[in-house]
Amino acid sequence: MSNNLGVFSKAGVRWLLKMAWRDGKASGRRLFLFMASIVLGIAAVVSIQSFSDNLKQNIALQSKALMGADFIIDSRQPANERVVEIIDSLGGADGREVNFASMVAFPKSGATKLVRVRGIEGGFPFYGKLETEPLSAAKKYQDGGGALVDATVMLQFDLNVGDSIKVGEITLPILGALESAPGDNAISSSVAPSVIVDYGLVQGTGLLQKGSRLEYNYYFVADANTDLNKLDKTIDPILDAENADLDTHTSTSQRLGRRYENVGKFLNLVAFIALLLGCVGIASSVHIYIKEKLRSVAVLKCLGATRKQTFLIYLIQIAGMGLIGGIIGTIAGLLLQQVFPLFLQSFLPFEVQLSFAVQPIIMGLLLGVFMSVLFALLPLLGTWYVSPLQVLRVQEDASLRSRKATVLVLSAIMLFIFAFSYWLLDNLRFALAFVAGILVTFSILGGIAVLFMKGIKRYFPSSWGFLARQSLLNLFRPNNQTMVLILAIGVGAFLISTLYFTKDILLAKATLEKQDQSPNLILLDVQTAQKESVAKSITLKGLPILDNIPIIAMRMQRINGRSVDDIRLDSTSTINQWILNHEFRVTYRDSLVSSENLVAGEWIGSASPNTLIPISVAENVAGDSQVVVGDSLVFNVQGVLMNTRVASIRAVDWSRMQPNFSIVFPSGVLENAPQFHVLSTNVPNRTASAELQRELVGKFPNVTIIDLRQVLVIIEGILDKISWVINFMAFFSILTGIIVLIGSVRTSKYQRIKESVLLRTLGAKSAQILKITALEYLYLGVLGSGIGILLSLISSLLLAKWVFETTFVPSWVPFGLLLPGITILVLLIGLGNSRSVLNSPPLEVLRKEGS
Amino acid sequence: MTKILNVRNLGKIYTSGSKKLTVLDDISFDITEGDTFAIVGPSGSGKTTLLGLCAGLDRPDSGSIELCGVSLTSLSEDERAVLRNQKVGFIFQDFQLLPTLTALENVSVPMELQGSKNASKIAIELLDKVGLADRRHHYPSQLSGGEQQRVALARAFSNTPAILFADEPTGNLDEETGEKVVQLLFDLNKDAGTTLVIVTHDLDLAKRNQHILRLKGGKILVDENTLVS
Ligand SMILES: Nc1ncnc2c1ncn2[C@@H]1O[C@H](COP(=O)(O)OP(=O)(O)O)[C@@H](O)[C@H]1O
Ligand SMILES: [Mg+2]
Repeated sequence: MSNNLGVFSKAGVRWLLKMAWRDGKASGRRLFLFMASIVLGIAAVVSIQSFSDNLKQNIALQSKALMGADFIIDSRQPANERVVEIIDSLGGADGREVNFASMVAFPKSGATKLVRVRGIEGGFPFYGKLETEPLSAAKKYQDGGGALVDATVMLQFDLNVGDSIKVGEITLPILGALESAPGDNAISSSVAPSVIVDYGLVQGTGLLQKGSRLEYNYYFVADANTDLNKLDKTIDPILDAENADLDTHTSTSQRLGRRYENVGKFLNLVAFIALLLGCVGIASSVHIYIKEKLRSVAVLKCLGATRKQTFLIYLIQIAGMGLIGGIIGTIAGLLLQQVFPLFLQSFLPFEVQLSFAVQPIIMGLLLGVFMSVLFALLPLLGTWYVSPLQVLRVQEDASLRSRKATVLVLSAIMLFIFAFSYWLLDNLRFALAFVAGILVTFSILGGIAVLFMKGIKRYFPSSWGFLARQSLLNLFRPNNQTMVLILAIGVGAFLISTLYFTKDILLAKATLEKQDQSPNLILLDVQTAQKESVAKSITLKGLPILDNIPIIAMRMQRINGRSVDDIRLDSTSTINQWILNHEFRVTYRDSLVSSENLVAGEWIGSASPNTLIPISVAENVAGDSQVVVGDSLVFNVQGVLMNTRVASIRAVDWSRMQPNFSIVFPSGVLENAPQFHVLSTNVPNRTASAELQRELVGKFPNVTIIDLRQVLVIIEGILDKISWVINFMAFFSILTGIIVLIGSVRTSKYQRIKESVLLRTLGAKSAQILKITALEYLYLGVLGSGIGILLSLISSLLLAKWVFETTFVPSWVPFGLLLPGITILVLLIGLGNSRSVLNSPPLEVLRKEGS
Repeated sequence: MTKILNVRNLGKIYTSGSKKLTVLDDISFDITEGDTFAIVGPSGSGKTTLLGLCAGLDRPDSGSIELCGVSLTSLSEDERAVLRNQKVGFIFQDFQLLPTLTALENVSVPMELQGSKNASKIAIELLDKVGLADRRHHYPSQLSGGEQQRVALARAFSNTPAILFADEPTGNLDEETGEKVVQLLFDLNKDAGTTLVIVTHDLDLAKRNQHILRLKGGKILVDENTLVS
């Protein structure tokens, strides 16, 4: 008796390939559906993955445009030897700037203005551009022939191109109006509008020597694969010691707030969900496909094929399909990615620069083969245990299926999903949570499908009419697809509505951020006596007063009893030096504002007499000065000492475009201290802004005006684009999900046809068959999508809390639109599946579909 | 004379739920090489079960079966598959052609499994013998029932089996077509000396065999171990 291997070598691999090919060739339309699922799944994953890669790059480009470079090194003094060494080790700076605040004069009117003079050298900006009027001025100034002057200043002082400006000891012609410039939005430090000149001219102004506060910036363009965060972590501490600082574009754009951070997470989520949708499509169609092959497997076994041979025939077939589907899907995905911007051109808020990433291509091919084989393994295991006796009669399948093998395959699938999510999210905890979430979702859906089948079996409504009973019966007859379809519909609905909810979560936040009219013109140094009349000037123009905040300057005198002089001398102290030297700008009020959140202690809004003054300290300042709630601080306000205790610690969202404070006093203490005020308003456009500024400059020469409008426009622009991206990707993925669902339900066609034909043969009318089919799919649709959507409530809640760190208010759309939508879709496809039965004689159908 | 099939005290019990159903009870018989052998009995008497056990498609609960001198109970699933491939041919009531393979490919499969080089040449000859050489590229769904059964016949003989099991081979065919198929079966038995085991409820067909085994309720009713013709 020859053993396994003996026979195997007789009918070798070539025969297996031949059988796989023969069988595949004749399974035409069924395989086509299966292939379509793979192609769709892969195309979705590849296009979404590469498009979102593109989008991420584009958004990164935007954030680079805010800085004008990938990273900068800045320093308050010309780079010393050590810093030069570091700059050289980084390949040398690509651009250089020195800037300082200075009064400039406009000879035409004799007016003077505090500006920030920026001397620039090299190709800066490397991202984004200097926007000037005329355009050519952006290049011309580097020849050293003149200056670019802030556009609002030009309006304010009625200046034109060709007029001159006196900077220190030199007088230059104005080459153009500067509308926006990268790196011009360091809001906290820029109290003055910009004047840009060539670096070489700065020396001649004679202003470098006068002990003014200089800032030197060295601009760098990084290689595509430089890890900026790592760079920041390794180099910044070294530079710190030299009083220099490294800043990356990522840290700049982080200041854009949560929506910006979340878009990356969202795009990852979308890619992940696209993959899962692909899996659902492939898994359900391969499952149904293999199930239909079980009889052929039994026949082959009767003819003497071994388990290994029958198993391999179909494994080869599926792997081949997966590879072909992977190739077609990848190509389709890449084409789709190319087409997106083409037909979206007019909607796209920015130009998408397409690039071919190799990663999604390789991924598409691997996914094609891996996903098909992995998901085929489970039903294929069935072929291993198919008894040849099945040829003689239909047996309950799977009864013999090995637990161990099933668990093994399921673990492999989970591992695969885990590996993918880990690769995508780069976060072990999230990846594990995602896999667990999917596991739970599947179990719940599967469990409900089983309960449902058992339930109708036990409490079968025998009093129902024939059609209703028949359609219910179909759900638990042998070889039913109730489980597969409920899983496919359920998981599909779950993913689609999770996406929908997530999109809502992110966009709800966006509208909130946009809703409140944020201040864009800030007036500093308004004296108490001027306050009323300044406010009047603003309101007379029909503009709102958004903030009117008192500010008192003070310095730290003692921290927990130790004087700052002591601490300064103590080399072991870990209290940050800047705390000891900083002039704090402090305000007082009786309540928290929207950008603040209490993290420790208790907010006390008013001081009571004869006790330490309860103050609130921002988290970062508390950290740097090493104080906790209850500690005592003594401040020096122009010689008067204020004894305070830290009553609370606040988290401050510094990204909000509004005056924020590290230290807040309660009301009732500082009202009579020498103070000045910050007023803010919102001006609708540049002309209104210039008009107001002109008036204020004339009436109150001591008031400093900061025009945030340009910066805000840039930032709003970026956030708008991000909202658009979120909307687009969400809807594209939802569309994909729906197509995958169509594929899954469509694959159930062949099994249904036999049933329908039988009914037809027994004399059922078209309307009856239609009703039975419709009811059956109605049950499946309602059950699957209903549970899917309910589960997505939980997943969205978790995503909101843990991933996007925001709140979740579910909308009715998934229930009101997705639930009936998906159900009707399922129903229509189901009816479509029976169409061929209705239009032709039963025998013809049986013969045609039999192959 | 060599016994090609030797069945001793065979028993088979199906358990569905908590109920036990004895389908075959203490069956013993043997078949001589080259003989024709009929198993008859009413529907549900256990004929198909018996056939499945004899061909090694299932395992008995008690008793032993020796096929071509090999004890089936001692073989693994795959070893039994190999034995089937080398010694056994099958005919089923509902034909059981592989729907995705053409007539020619269906007939070739058992030979290809043995690693035969000229499988399709022999397959064409066999199809010619059953009168279907010109339909060789048709798929089963394009053939009538009788034609499908003749293809199944060609397939059953393609590996020149020592023994051929036929489970109600004419059950799904009209009388005339059925007769054609039966005639082919007996011809091939005569020409190649293949042992025939035919399960049928058609007594006329049974009587054309050398031996008849009557089953009822899982037990042997009468063992007419006598020559009929
Ligand atoms: N898998 C099974 N589980 C339970 N009972 C079965 C199973 N297969 C067959 N039977 C029962 O065994 C008996 C014999 O069946 P079978 O051998 O097909 O009879 P026959 O071929 O003579 O009509 C029948 O009563 C049938 O119901
Ligand atoms: Mg039978």
